[in-house]
Amino acid sequence: MTIHKGRGFACINYPIGMNLGGDPSQALVHSTPDGKFKVALSAIDLGQGMKSVTRQLAAETLGVPVEDVYVDTADSDTGPHDMGSFASRGTHRVGNAVIQASREARGLLLEAAAEELEVNASDLETDGKGNINVKGAPSRSIAVAETAIAAQFKQGRTISGRGIFLIPTSDVDPETGEMTPVSCFAHAAVVVDLQVDDETGEVEVLEINSAYEVGRALNPKMVEQQLIGGAWMGVSHALYETTEPYYPNRDHGPTDFNQYLMPGPGEVVNHNIAVLERPAEDAPYGGKGPGEMCANPLLPGVANAVYNAVGVRVDALPITPEKILRGIQAIGGARPQGMR
Amino acid sequence: MAKTPVQFTLNGTHRAHFVDGGANLLDVLRREVGDLSPKYGCGQGTCGTCTVLINGEPHLSCLTLAESVEGKSLETTSGMANGPDLHPLQRIFMESFAAQCGYCTPGMLMAAKALLAGNPNPTREEVIEGISGNICRCTGYEPIIDAILQAAVELRSGRVA
Ligand code: FES
Ligand code: FES
Repeated sequence: MTIHKGRGFACINYPIGMNLGGDPSQALVHSTPDGKFKVALSAIDLGQGMKSVTRQLAAETLGVPVEDVYVDTADSDTGPHDMGSFASRGTHRVGNAVIQASREARGLLLEAAAEELEVNASDLETDGKGNINVKGAPSRSIAVAETAIAAQFKQGRTISGRGIFLIPTSDVDPETGEMTPVSCFAHAAVVVDLQVDDETGEVEVLEINSAYEVGRALNPKMVEQQLIGGAWMGVSHALYETTEPYYPNRDHGPTDFNQYLMPGPGEVVNHNIAVLERPAEDAPYGGKGPGEMCANPLLPGVANAVYNAVGVRVDALPITPEKILRGIQAIGGARPQGMR
Repeated sequence: MAKTPVQFTLNGTHRAHFVDGGANLLDVLRREVGDLSPKYGCGQGTCGTCTVLINGEPHLSCLTLAESVEGKSLETTSGMANGPDLHPLQRIFMESFAAQCGYCTPGMLMAAKALLAGNPNPTREEVIEGISGNICRCTGYEPIIDAILQAAVELRSGRVA
């Protein structure tokens, strides 16, 4: 029995969202009479942090404290239309819609404040702490809460905003077949170190090093969290998970959770991440969001590392010990490729 | 089917319920008692998100007969906070981003609480062992392991919530 070490590299150019039907997302923002803001969305948070990020985006654009914004994703029946939370589109599509809605609401907020302060709305600025000041004369100021009360009970106007994000349609060029399926790309590169036991075919991942380019990291802690968890999901897909191990033959597939293979806390490996920020022009404050790209490059990275370790090219997922052993047998023994 | 009366304490409060013969504890806690903190993941003892403490020991409530908790003391995550003060484990889980979708979190917190009660100064390996019956789809475990180790430090230093 020999343990062979291998290293694999993979990189990805990852399209954010999709082109289908313009990939629209809508957002509605309105203030309550006490000067808090509600953002209504039909896109939902699956744990990726969309609620937190859209809350930040709304607060930043409105110019109010983040605590004063509540994101409501409760009901896709009554909420504004959205394509959904998939295709790594949340931050970009929904975020853009939220910014547009918040801009409109901010305009009305400043108009209501201007009426109270008897100045021009264009002379006003928000301090991000819940106040609206006259530029250059901060003593002339009104609280957002007071403005909301005045709008509601005195001026008879709403402080609200509508937002939609729709990407420009891209038609196929009849001559070349070219089109622009997406408006913005994220990027990543990973290096996977692992070892393969040439007697059992077992793979142990030793270390992951990666660089992810996600535009601006709107919430750096959550970006890191999603990258670590998502990359681990990629390793899991590369080595363990399948419902049909002998597809299209349906034999030996798991029939319940007991038989579905997934790595547990004992298989966690060290993952060093560098987050690179290259803000995208059409993205909300430059943020593209990590999305599915966290997981994707790990699959070819692992496959390349296995090849590097024992010279076996496994081209069907997951890369199971059985496939590795059959591969080793086919080439008459492990053929380590060596580190370059 | 005949119902059986069962009495136990849940997070310090005395409870009495009539349960169906053969009912599992997870169902009884969620449907009869109304404590929704233990989650239903797999219903067959694989995922750990239904973990509750019975007399301080972690148990998979989906595999526990409700009748068997007669006279015992049960703890769930809904009893962890002291009023508005989160238990250090809860707070550190939150601060160190040890939850994404949160579905595994109640089970992780219960497993961690039981671990630290019996072993206040666990090694990283012991923490991994302690949560090895709990599956997390989102986090990659790393932040959960770190959070439990950090909570252990805080609990040892006596800053109890
Ligand atoms: S629901 Fe009990 S272990 Fe999954
Ligand atoms: S946070 Fe989603 S399963 Fe653990």
